[in-house]
Amino acid sequence: MGLLTVSPSPHVRSEMSTQKIMLMVILALVPAIAAGTIVFGPRALLLVIFCAAVSMMTELVCRKLMQKENTISDGSAMLTGVLLALNLPVTLPLWQAAVGCIFAIAVVKQLFGGLGCNFANPAITGRIFLLLSVGSDMTTWAKPFYYLDAPFFGLFETSGSAALDGLTGATPLVTGDAGLMELLLGNTGGSLGETSALALLIGGIFLIVTKLISPATPVAYLGSLAALTFVQVLITGGEMTDVLYALLSGGVLLGAFFMATDYVTTPITNKGKIIFGIGCGILTFVIREFASMPEGCSFSILLMNLLTPYIDRFTMTKPVGAGTPEKEGA
Amino acid sequence: MRKLGGIRLSHHKGSENCKSQPLPRPEKVCIPMSMHIGAPCSPIVKKGDLVTVGQKIGDTDAFMSAPIHSSVSGKVTAISDYRMSNGRTCKLVEIQTDEEQAVCPDVQPPAVHDKDSFLSAIRESGLTGMGGASFPAHVKLAPRQKVDTLCINGAECEPYITSDYRQMAEAPDEVIDGALQVMKWLDLPRCVIGIESNKPEAIRILTERAAAHPEITVVSLPCTYPQGAEKVLIYNTLGRIVMEGQLPADQGVIVMNVSSVAFVSRYLKTGMPMVTRMVTVDGDVIGNRCNVVVPVGTPVKNVLEFAQCDLEKAKKILYGGPMMGVSVQDINDPVLKANNAILAFSEAFAKKHSPKATACIHCGRCISACPLNLMPPDISRAYARKDTAALEKLKVTLCMNCGCCTYVCPAKRPVAEINQFAKALAMSAAKK
Repeated sequence: MGLLTVSPSPHVRSEMSTQKIMLMVILALVPAIAAGTIVFGPRALLLVIFCAAVSMMTELVCRKLMQKENTISDGSAMLTGVLLALNLPVTLPLWQAAVGCIFAIAVVKQLFGGLGCNFANPAITGRIFLLLSVGSDMTTWAKPFYYLDAPFFGLFETSGSAALDGLTGATPLVTGDAGLMELLLGNTGGSLGETSALALLIGGIFLIVTKLISPATPVAYLGSLAALTFVQVLITGGEMTDVLYALLSGGVLLGAFFMATDYVTTPITNKGKIIFGIGCGILTFVIREFASMPEGCSFSILLMNLLTPYIDRFTMTKPVGAGTPEKEGA
Repeated sequence: MRKLGGIRLSHHKGSENCKSQPLPRPEKVCIPMSMHIGAPCSPIVKKGDLVTVGQKIGDTDAFMSAPIHSSVSGKVTAISDYRMSNGRTCKLVEIQTDEEQAVCPDVQPPAVHDKDSFLSAIRESGLTGMGGASFPAHVKLAPRQKVDTLCINGAECEPYITSDYRQMAEAPDEVIDGALQVMKWLDLPRCVIGIESNKPEAIRILTERAAAHPEITVVSLPCTYPQGAEKVLIYNTLGRIVMEGQLPADQGVIVMNVSSVAFVSRYLKTGMPMVTRMVTVDGDVIGNRCNVVVPVGTPVKNVLEFAQCDLEKAKKILYGGPMMGVSVQDINDPVLKANNAILAFSEAFAKKHSPKATACIHCGRCISACPLNLMPPDISRAYARKDTAALEKLKVTLCMNCGCCTYVCPAKRPVAEINQFAKALAMSAAKK
């Protein structure tokens, strides 16, 4: 025998790793990717793969330029790419998608030090960056199954292309004309990964059951949004289905299960996660109701990302045995 | 009441049905003069002396210490310096064993008639806590504070180790008798025995034996590591919280390991001091996992050979369990009083469990895993900027190095290790 390995305890480690977590989250997104591909055609899948590839390349190049260790294998860049793609309209030109990915990885993540150091969710910030810079392309929504009438199943058609005339429309969040069943299955306009509530719920429940995320954030987020909509319905007199409508339409489910639960940019304790979720719910409601933006989910999460350090500070745990000792009999 | 606990571990208690057996006489033993918390002993024998089993070979005037006895009969062949795993050095008495294994004439049941004679008998027995921390028992049993409860630790929450379980299964009466003796001489009205629920047989046997003694209760503990950690055990059996800077005695509790109380019972009957101990031998390169009664000071190598260890393949050897055990540096190092297990693992195992650390992803698993609700990511950041005030606020000194945080970390960071550095920094700052 050679020399013995000597190291401090503990001498065993759990099976869970950063890479496994990232890959499992991507796995949880597979139903949403599948739903997007069915509703919006092969271009949806193309965008997902393209964004993942560009994000990973950007990560690789950034780490190389900064002469830091290559971190591409941790899977976080791939996840950012997939998440960003799911937040894009299917007809977005590829170069714009690439710009979004490069911004998300290079500026939002790597400039702040890479995984674990960024304060804002890269995918969300990437989406907002695109929304503010190429707004019209970002808000051109293809109609479900448009690809059946487009050349090459719409694989090469981008917003503004003549072949798409009459095949695009507004998101139901603006028009409010999709039925609940359509929202559930994704048979409606919207970003390619956020239309099918059912697919997102399956993924979200998978994350909760496998304990990758705490149910605190999505429950607080969706709960507060539902409560506010409920109050609004009571005051203005709408239908109770509006509450469900608020939860199932737009990017709320994708945001609540996959973005507001990002470890790096959200509070670390369960108490903090609840505050974060409620904050997102309130902001989403307020933006949807009072701002000129149709969709408040991304902005609400980004704003709450900024508050995370403060939430963390106010929700520190109380150690068992901390405090002034009470001597017995004293 | 919510129970404290950290994480669920695979138990690997494959040796639980291996009846204890004596280790064949080793050719030589190497007995360090420090196997306990506190002052090391000085050898009171010299090279060439003949010693017998149970003869005292090391002692000191210091209060916080325990004498050391020869575990064999034979000839002292050398007294050398020995570097312990904590980096300090002490004297090491090397004894070549003989055939007779004659017992020292001093080994006689001690005359105990009151608390003082009980405590001095315990000191003379050389007993130090057998659960791993090796705290001198006579010090622990003589607190300044008023204590009312004896809490017996039968949790054995570390994976692999089954020596406490074998003690409870093979000689439960020793455990009960030892507990009654301690309660009698220290005038303690109450005793709880905490056992993790993965040992239903031990719970059944001890509950049965304790039935005749209403002052003794057996408590089943959840199967979450670290149930055997003192603070966790006290809270989960008695609902008392040992506050920062306190000892269990401040909460009226004395904690003893099951094997320690069983030793008290045997010692009061026979007078044989602490010269052997039961050791679980297991690990992925062990051919025949077993529980062996080993003379203190036996080289680890002898124990491994007895358990048919593939010495060629052994890459990592541990004193104690995989969560809090200490790496053995040399295969000829001795078995100590506190070693409840010797585990030997292959290179593949060692590699798999020492992965490269990557960036913290703020996932919070370490916080959920910490039985005491500490916040390792904040501790780590405060330590990086040497912020002792923040460390004080974060209560890093409560950390008991149970290792749950490092175990669960998906970024494979040495979380517990950083906590220890931070704790040392905070404690040195507090002293100034």
